[in-house]
Parts: sequence; structure tokens; C-alpha cells
Amino acid sequence: MAEHFVKPPLWEWYILAYFFLGGLTGGLYAIATMLRLWGSPRDEAAARIGFRWAFPLLILCPIFLTIDLGRPGRFWHMLIDTGGGGLVFKSWSPMSVGSWVLLVYGLFAFVSFIEVLALDGRLRGPFARSIARSMAGGGGRLWNVIGALLGLYIAGYTGVLLSVSNQPIWSDAPALGGLFLVSGLSGSAALLSWLARRRQGAEAVEGRLRQADRYFAILELALIVLFFVNLSAAGTMGRALSGAWGVLWVLVVLSLLPPLAGMGGPSLQVSSRSGGAAVASVGAGLSHAVVAAIVLLGVLLMRFVVIFSAQL
Amino acid sequence: MATEVGFFTDTSVCIGCKACEVACKEWNQLKGNTPAFLDSFDNTGKLDDQNWRHVAFYDKVPDAPMTTGNGQAWLMFSDVCKHCKQASCMEVCPTNAIVRTEFNTVFIRQDVCNGCRDCISACPFGVIGFSEVTGTAHKCTFCYDRLQNGMMPACAKACPTQSIQFGPLDELQKRADARLAVLRKQGNTQAQLYGRDDSVYGGLNAFFLLMDKPETYGLPNADNAVLPRRNNRPGYLGMLVTAALGVVAGLVAFRERGEMRRAEEALKRPDKGGRV
Repeated sequence: MAEHFVKPPLWEWYILAYFFLGGLTGGLYAIATMLRLWGSPRDEAAARIGFRWAFPLLILCPIFLTIDLGRPGRFWHMLIDTGGGGLVFKSWSPMSVGSWVLLVYGLFAFVSFIEVLALDGRLRGPFARSIARSMAGGGGRLWNVIGALLGLYIAGYTGVLLSVSNQPIWSDAPALGGLFLVSGLSGSAALLSWLARRRQGAEAVEGRLRQADRYFAILELALIVLFFVNLSAAGTMGRALSGAWGVLWVLVVLSLLPPLAGMGGPSLQVSSRSGGAAVASVGAGLSHAVVAAIVLLGVLLMRFVVIFSAQL
Repeated sequence: MATEVGFFTDTSVCIGCKACEVACKEWNQLKGNTPAFLDSFDNTGKLDDQNWRHVAFYDKVPDAPMTTGNGQAWLMFSDVCKHCKQASCMEVCPTNAIVRTEFNTVFIRQDVCNGCRDCISACPFGVIGFSEVTGTAHKCTFCYDRLQNGMMPACAKACPTQSIQFGPLDELQKRADARLAVLRKQGNTQAQLYGRDDSVYGGLNAFFLLMDKPETYGLPNADNAVLPRRNNRPGYLGMLVTAALGVVAGLVAFRERGEMRRAEEALKRPDKGGRV
């Protein structure tokens, strides 16, 4: 039985926002890379949307992290040792590793962002074009693969960061890293499917993203079970489920049902016998948006419950 | 390195006068918080950015009258940063603001700390507090400035019963062993040293003589005194397995149209053979 006598670090709304956005930017980049590597040429349009959104979402991350610091002006102390000189890097401290990976991933996400803007003809400058040219071959795919691995780290390490503490719930559940990672992937698949809904070949890619999201949801369910197995071994399950937290966990699980059932794609709203094509397309957009919203709310809610139930 | 120093806080002679709290605040210019009226003589509540010594009162007044010579009623305990040899706070600190001094004490450099509060999530004793005023983390400095000038920490100086003893660590450990032997001989079977040996975070530079088990005082026992880094390996392993399964899921979901892709690519290049 783990007994805890710690104080909460008061990581609240900014940190929640960061964990949410970190899951989405990393997941989007990883999914976009997989679509590019393994999908058909028609999936390239959706892959580009993934790369195009991964960077703006990423940019918000250090902003939230910096605002959350007691001394925002010293955010760079995470990287440079102002006391002893040189750089700070502690492989055993996820916050230290995460700061570096965020920086390096930022470079990968930025280059891919410029690349797809150039490919889509939105940026025509020589800089953007030269980036797009240099990203065209095998080097570009390697860049995507490394970026995807860094992105997956960003999506999941925040869970490890919580575990590497002495807080109740967080430090009792090493499953948090995997849970955050797969929930980021799930949210990203739903988000990308919605963002790409108007693109050419959208229906085909939606089907694939829906299929991927179903697997992610199954994996997430398994990790939620593992998380509670962790907690029950440590004796903190009661705390994690007390009061409203238990209800919120039920909602988190419910948010996985639409992707599990494979909803949210064009196949869902074919029953528009009365209305014709226009109504059908409105119905498609709506249910699509609703499903994406449910999945994303689930991603946010899961992180909310984990962050706050340990500290309140 | 200068001589390794320590605190030996002997709770068996603490009278709960709070002189340590006052002296600490005087020397370190801590304003303190508005007094809290708690269920004892405790108006401080907990260690935080304003309270680096905290005299805790644990009510053990029994319902039945006490027998002669067995008069435990209150446990009084001047809590402080333990200055762990293996310090959880120092382990996670991403800026290296938390360092070990030449006296082997644990110290937060205020000019380096950026207020991320990871140390607060790590400290198993709930010692560290965040100051909204400075935007940084604070805790007992072991009166680092006094040590550097050859003076003993303010709390030890002010303690009227020698409940807080200061000195070279090895000397204090010998004194503690002797004191424990005396108490044991007097029949205090519950008396025990906490942090004297390395069973708790490799040993504590601020160690204690307790009159009950550690949990009674809000201290983790040896089984629960664990470092944050223990969760790195299982945490990352879980991430790795999940990422691998996620990529396989992506492969299964996205790949099956690979043949179509090859066909489309072949269509685009009729010059290279032309056959599809």
C-alpha cells in the first residue's frame, strides 16, 4: 500500500491545455507521417492537413507552459544551466527531456509545416520552395519518421512526467504514459478526419482514419483498465473514483464508444432518403463534427480527471 | 568540502513552544501566513514557502486514564526539510536550481529556479512551497548563510530544550544512538530513529527521534520512501509498447491501399514500361 504525504504542485488549467495540445500535435504529426508512408497518393491531401495543423497546435504548447511558470522570463533555464554553465539535460527527469524534445520536435514540425504550405501553393517564396524540394525524396520521409517519433514522445511523455513524482494516483500508475499517448492518437485521428472532410478523396481517408481510431480506442480502453489495475495495487483506486471523479471516468469511457462503433464517417448518414444530396452532406458534416467533438472532449476530460483528481 | 552537518530533532523532548518557527522566520525574513485555527495548538498547518520549521501536534490523549509512567498525551514534532541524501526534489528539478551544498545540505538556488513546481510534485514529505511573490520554490535552506559564516542554524540556536540539535552529522548520529538507548532502557519501546540509517532516502541529514511509528507523524515508512525516477522505466516502457501497437494499428488501417498506390504511381509514369 502506497501512503502519500506530499503536497500538490498546483498544475492546473495551463498544464491541462498543454497536455491536450501536446497529445494532438504529436498524434497529428505521427498519423500524417503514417498516411504519407503507407497510404495511397490520394491520402497525401489529408497527410498535408495533418502536418499543417501539427505546427500551430505545437506553438501553443510552450506558450501555456511558460505562462504556467512562476517566473515565465526564466523558461530558458530548462535548457541552459544558469548556475553551473552549460546545458541542462537530465535523462531521468521527464520534464528536462520533454523540454528538449519539445524544442527539437518544434523544428521538425516547422519544416514540415513550411513544406506542405509550399506544396499546396500557399507559400511561394524561395525559402519555402527550397524546403519543399529538399523534403521531396527519401530524406524527407526520414525527416517525417523522426518527427513522428518525437511527436509520439510529446503526446505521451506528459503521462510519464506525472508518474515520475510522488503524488498519489500519478506515481501509482506507470500506465499513464501509454494512456496519454494513445489518447493523443485517438483524438488526432478524429480531428484529422474532420479537418480533411472537404478534401479530394476525403471519404476513403475517412474510412481509414475511422478504422485506425477504432484500434486506438480499443488500446485506450485496455490502458484505462491497466491504469486502474495499477491504482488498485497501490490502494489509491478509491481516491481516483471518489465523488464526481468516478462519473467523469465513465464519461471518458463513453467518449470511446463512437470510435469503437466506427461512427463519424460517411457511412453513418446514408439514410437521407427524404432530403436529397444537400441535406445528406449537411448531415454528414454534422455527425462528423459531433463525433470528432466527443472524441476530443474525451481526450481533454481524461487528462482533466487525471490532473485534478490527484491534486484536489 | 566543509564538514557534513545535520539536524538531530529529538521529538521526545520537544515541548511545542515554537521558538524554532519564530527564530526561523526572524532570520530568514519570512512573514508567515495568517494563523490557522486547527484542531490542536498548531496554527501553522504545514511546511511551505513561509514556514520552514513547523511544530506539529499529534493528539494521542487516550479515552481511559493513563497508568503511571506511561503518560503519552501529545506528540510534538518540529518538522523541517529532511535534506535527503537521495533527494526526490533534486532528482526531478529540470533547471538544476536544487543543488547540494558543501555542507551536504539541499539548497534551492533562487536565481535559477523558474517556478515549474516539479520539486513539489516529487517531495515525499510535502516540504517545498511555491511563493506567489517570488514565483519560485522555497524551503529550509539549513540557514546556508549562517553556515557559511560559522554559525548554527537559527532554529537549533533558539530551541530551549535541545530538541533540535545541530552539528557534524556523524557526531549527531552517535548522540542519537545514545539517546535512543536511554529511552529504550526507560521502557519506551516505540521510540525509534528516522533517517539515521540509509533506509529512508539514503539517510537524512535532518533526522529524527520519533516516539511512534513514522506514519503517525505524516512521514513515509521505509517501504514508501521511494524516488520518483522508479517510474521512468515502467512509464517509458508502457509508452513504447503503446506506440508500437499504435503504429501497427496505423499500418493495418492505412497500408492495405498500398497496392492501389503502386498502381496509381505506375499509371503516372507510362514512360517507364507503361504496363500496369
